[in-house]
Amino acid sequence: MDRHRRALSHAHGGRRHAARAATAGIPVAFLAVFFAWPLVAILRRSLVVDGSLDVPVDVLTASSTREIAWFTLWQATVSTALTLLAGLPLAWALARFSFRGRSVVEALVLVPFVLPTIVVATAFLALLPDGVERSVWAILLAHVFFNVAVVVRVVGAFWAGLDQRLWDAAATLGAGPVARSLRLTVPLLAPALAAAASIVFLFCFTSFGVIVVLGGIHYATLETEIYNQAARLFDLRTAAALALLQLAAVAAVVVVSGALERRLGGARRPGRPAPRPTGRRRVAVVTIVAVSLGLLSLPPLALVVRSLQVSGGYGLDHFAALFDATPALLVTPWHAVLNSLLFATTAAAIALAVGVPAAVSVARGSRGLDALLMLPLGASAAMLGFGFVLAFADPPLDLRSSIWIVPLAQALVATPFVVRSLAPALRARDPRLPEVAAVLGATPSQVRREIELPLLARPLAVAAGLAFAVALGEFGATVFVVRAEWPTLPVAIFRFLGRPGADNVGTAMALCVVLMALVTAAALVSQRAIGRASR
Amino acid sequence: MTLALEGIDVQLSGRRIVEDVSLEVPSADRLAVLGPSGAGKSTLLRVVAGLERPSAGRVLVDGRDVTRVPAHRRGIGLVFQEAALFPHRTVAENVGFGPKVAGLPRADREARVAEALELVGLAGTGERDVTTLSGGEAQRIALARALAPRPSILLLDEPLGALDGPLRLRLQEDLRALFERLALTVVHVTHDVGEAFALGDRVAILRAGRVAQTAAPDDLWAHPEDDWVARFLGMRNIRRDGDRATVVRPEAVRVQPGEGATVLACDRDGAVVRVRLRRDDGVELDALAVGVGAPALGSRVSVEVDPAGVVDVPVWRGPLDTAPDRE
Repeated sequence: MDRHRRALSHAHGGRRHAARAATAGIPVAFLAVFFAWPLVAILRRSLVVDGSLDVPVDVLTASSTREIAWFTLWQATVSTALTLLAGLPLAWALARFSFRGRSVVEALVLVPFVLPTIVVATAFLALLPDGVERSVWAILLAHVFFNVAVVVRVVGAFWAGLDQRLWDAAATLGAGPVARSLRLTVPLLAPALAAAASIVFLFCFTSFGVIVVLGGIHYATLETEIYNQAARLFDLRTAAALALLQLAAVAAVVVVSGALERRLGGARRPGRPAPRPTGRRRVAVVTIVAVSLGLLSLPPLALVVRSLQVSGGYGLDHFAALFDATPALLVTPWHAVLNSLLFATTAAAIALAVGVPAAVSVARGSRGLDALLMLPLGASAAMLGFGFVLAFADPPLDLRSSIWIVPLAQALVATPFVVRSLAPALRARDPRLPEVAAVLGATPSQVRREIELPLLARPLAVAAGLAFAVALGEFGATVFVVRAEWPTLPVAIFRFLGRPGADNVGTAMALCVVLMALVTAAALVSQRAIGRASR
Repeated sequence: MTLALEGIDVQLSGRRIVEDVSLEVPSADRLAVLGPSGAGKSTLLRVVAGLERPSAGRVLVDGRDVTRVPAHRRGIGLVFQEAALFPHRTVAENVGFGPKVAGLPRADREARVAEALELVGLAGTGERDVTTLSGGEAQRIALARALAPRPSILLLDEPLGALDGPLRLRLQEDLRALFERLALTVVHVTHDVGEAFALGDRVAILRAGRVAQTAAPDDLWAHPEDDWVARFLGMRNIRRDGDRATVVRPEAVRVQPGEGATVLACDRDGAVVRVRLRRDDGVELDALAVGVGAPALGSRVSVEVDPAGVVDVPVWRGPLDTAPDRE
């Protein structure tokens, strides 16, 4: 009897395992072909010559490589420190207090993070005066602008989740404001600070759009130098060696940041609602929010203003020029807009097809897949693009002339975002709701249709919107793989910026405004479209 | 409809949660399954509902074996501890869910919803958003939702567990009236002795996955199966002697001013006062007094034990040997 029972429960478990393996299979297969294979191609190109191992020592030890590596590290470190300094006051104000319009402020703070890097870079070109606009300061400022949202989001959410009563308890035990900050706030926030810092560092270390636009010819990071060597100088060997270096550095950062993030644990609940600020704190909160929002809105505003600036006044000339043929592109700029929409839609669909089953597996507790999926996020866009160029140039998968290579590359970059936004929602599902529905007589398909899908409609819409926005703004990988007759918006912007003349810059600004509007619209629509069903 | 469980065994990830449980609930009868947390009560309920497949044993409804019938075809209602309302639907949509998936026409559905809301005393709340309901309201809506498909058997998993105080008492009374009115066969799981006694015609005590005793509340109180059951029900006058234990029910201990014992503690719980005494021979006893004028702390009293309230039971030596003290 006992053996019979065990056999029964095994048969049960076996079926479940098979279903789970199938769910994980799609993302694993996708990553194997479009992520692992390009990485292998990079390794082969950099380490194997004529079938034998040949480490490119000369490239790795060259003084130019050392300089580039040093600058990459340096700018990422300083950018991270500045971002923390800029973001913490806002995190404090948003986490510790409730005030009218707080949710609006929270949403506005996130906007820069959704903006494509090329738009951010161009906005700083528009904002900064001549002489500063292509300098290390411009790079640092753009990185801060882009990443403040990470600090506010990661540290703020953690801070808001800490029980306010801890501070009350400390006060009743005789701790003054300074003692409370040093002995309570700082140690409690340490894991969140470390996690936020590691994420920001990773983004700045692998930053591409900001560096190529604002760094000009004077400043290069590993990421931009890979592009420079591969796409401009056609020195694939040097590019591959640099990619190898970048891969090692990024892997180290990803491991560290993953460990730091895990220490954060899940969401907590505050002990009681945040109070309204009073007295001096009220002044502080109002000042912080006003100054932060003011500074964050400057670059986009400057972009809009510059896009409307024409010789001798303001007008829509630059936008009108989007419909004209131009020597910068093989098609009109308007076609780039259409290409971008087409590619991003396809990429979002692919990212969802891969990301939804992946998120299901991750929500079930598959740590391995979680880590695996975050790799493309860290692996840096230019490296992926370069890997694509190397891997898919020959049969069996020759995608060089295929129109699919662009959405595939964009989907690879967008998939981690889908998984990250969907997995928590999947994990937070109440397992009893499908059971209640079943007991009430709903068939498994009715349970899916009536309960599970409607409950996931909003998270799915958010994930889709995010994937679309990321694909729309993707630049680092796309610029490697896109064909000249199919430019995307970010690539078109880059081409215009690379040409002399105020008109070209104006057209780039106009394209940036269009891209910014599209990305913002995608974000807004995905948050709101699902009106009643998502209540 | 009658419900019968025969030799139910459940293993979850290698652990035996429920062992060889057999129970019978006659039609329109109410069974309370009482036990400490972790005894396997909820798992047993999930087996009856069809949410969990037993590794052995059968579930019979009116003599028909439904062990392999999936939950959605069993027609058995279930109310969870914390309501578990569908957050994306209104009250009416929650209550109307069962009739809807059963394919009832709209007019019939609306009638069922109105009827079910009326039954739980929340008529007219149909358009409300379920997230705005209070705890007691949510639990009533969950009950209405379970009743709307008109199940013949209703299962309740700690339905009052998330509520407290007067609200809990009121809902308990309402439930009892409702069960009688609808002539429902009910299985109701709880860890609360008072709730089990109030809502169950019979009470099955579940201990470490096995049924320790099944009896009507009065019989259970009069003749606990062993000293563990007596202690779990709240009796404290238990003296072990080898393999036997003597249980003195507190209401059999009569106290009057006099000599022979000292009052150690007096705990008032409503009309009842639980008096803790130490007899001069060193034995401690619990007694129950009613009303006002209970003996004062430290005062001297005489103790008389009604022999009808003394039970001789075997000592329980199995798992949870010493655990169930409800202090």
